[in-house]
Amino acid sequence: MTHEITTPLTKETAATLRAGDIIRLSGVIYTARDAAHKRMLEEYKTTGTFPFEMENAVIYYAGPAPAKPGAVIGPAGPTTSYRMDAYAPFLLDHGQTGMIGKGKRSDEVVEAMKRNKAVYFAATGGAAALISSHIKKACIIAYDDLGAEAIHRLEVEDFPCIVVIDSEGNNLYETEKAKYRLETK
Amino acid sequence: MREITTNTITQAVKKLCMDANYFLNADVYDALEKAKETEVSPVGQEMLCQITKNADIAAQNQVPICQDTGLTVVFVTIGQEVHITGGSLEEAIQEGVRQGYVEGYLRKSVVSDPFLRVNTKDNTPAVIHYRLVPGDTFQLDVAPKGAGSENMSKVFLLKPSDGIEGAKQAVLDTVEAAGPNPCPPIIVGVGCGGNMEKAALLAKEALLRPVGKHNPLPHICQMEEELLSRINATGIGPQGLGGRTTALAVNVEVYPTHIACLPVAVSISCHVTRHTHCTL
Repeated sequence: MTHEITTPLTKETAATLRAGDIIRLSGVIYTARDAAHKRMLEEYKTTGTFPFEMENAVIYYAGPAPAKPGAVIGPAGPTTSYRMDAYAPFLLDHGQTGMIGKGKRSDEVVEAMKRNKAVYFAATGGAAALISSHIKKACIIAYDDLGAEAIHRLEVEDFPCIVVIDSEGNNLYETEKAKYRLETK
Repeated sequence: MREITTNTITQAVKKLCMDANYFLNADVYDALEKAKETEVSPVGQEMLCQITKNADIAAQNQVPICQDTGLTVVFVTIGQEVHITGGSLEEAIQEGVRQGYVEGYLRKSVVSDPFLRVNTKDNTPAVIHYRLVPGDTFQLDVAPKGAGSENMSKVFLLKPSDGIEGAKQAVLDTVEAAGPNPCPPIIVGVGCGGNMEKAALLAKEALLRPVGKHNPLPHICQMEEELLSRINATGIGPQGLGGRTTALAVNVEVYPTHIACLPVAVSISCHVTRHTHCTL
């Protein structure tokens, strides 16, 4: 089923999404990957705040390539999500409702998703130039010194992704792999 | 003695870095097109379509196919009758990488120390492998590799009694464990024999071989075909979302080894497997 979703992503909307749903996402999302996650948690522990509103936020695990002159942003596909597993439960417990990345998640992340009614979306890994055409505005809002790992605020339109793990813990990677598996010797 | 200037080498490396990141190699592109004809999963089909469409956009706009423009790996094949003039060969290559990544709007993904993790801001240093050969040839192979797939690679130090079946199982276990993470459809480079570092290097070199070209040794060619078929039977599929196109190729290289050893290295590479080369 195809859903058009606009951020902020409320828990109520998140809870209606099911693994396998095709999503066209519009609105504001934030990029953060390894170093930005580490720093966000450190910052929260000392100041009690995050660099952006975490309530109902969707975080995109991505580190864009530089923009060519005149371009909104460079190619910006998803990075592999499991590296953020150490940080994700803390952010989900503090209001985050959506994660966009690619690849498997830990049991701890899935439990935190179920607890908080959050959703994990996959974007197409390596389809960075195609994905960037759905990013209409981009600016760095925090951790500029991290280069590609800085936090970008993105305004996206019909950003293509798919629900891989839903708020009940259903996992598309597992169900689809089983469906297409062939028994060999 | 043939002379090649360091400036010529820098310019060549710069262009290879940009070309490798903008243009998906024809062998990979063709394999993806062929996979569209056979993939049975509708989602898998959609993923393959997005992947080739993305490659078309990247080539047309001369932007990177993937935002992870990799850690740059350079293989240098130098004839022993070649004389490099104008300075350090190593620095000439690093300067080519620096210029290619800065001027080509490629992402700078290198940190100067594995623990301190400060970005070097120009993607240097590259990892460079030198091969000295007879004659006066000079060849550069540039193969930037993204970390999503690199992190899924493994080295196994098997026992001789594990044999070829043990080696195949090691490859299959690595691919199964990687699942969706390395951006399938993948290309699998396998190095068997030598010692630990030789096997890893062979696996990396195996990725330079074009998709569809097999190892000339009959038993290794058979191993490649069997592994490809078994990997595509796992069900992982494009992007790990299910299907029968999990790998486009399995390239295996072998080398003599010790009587007590059977090293097997598995280098997993994503659907944006990059390798460009030129001869100066």
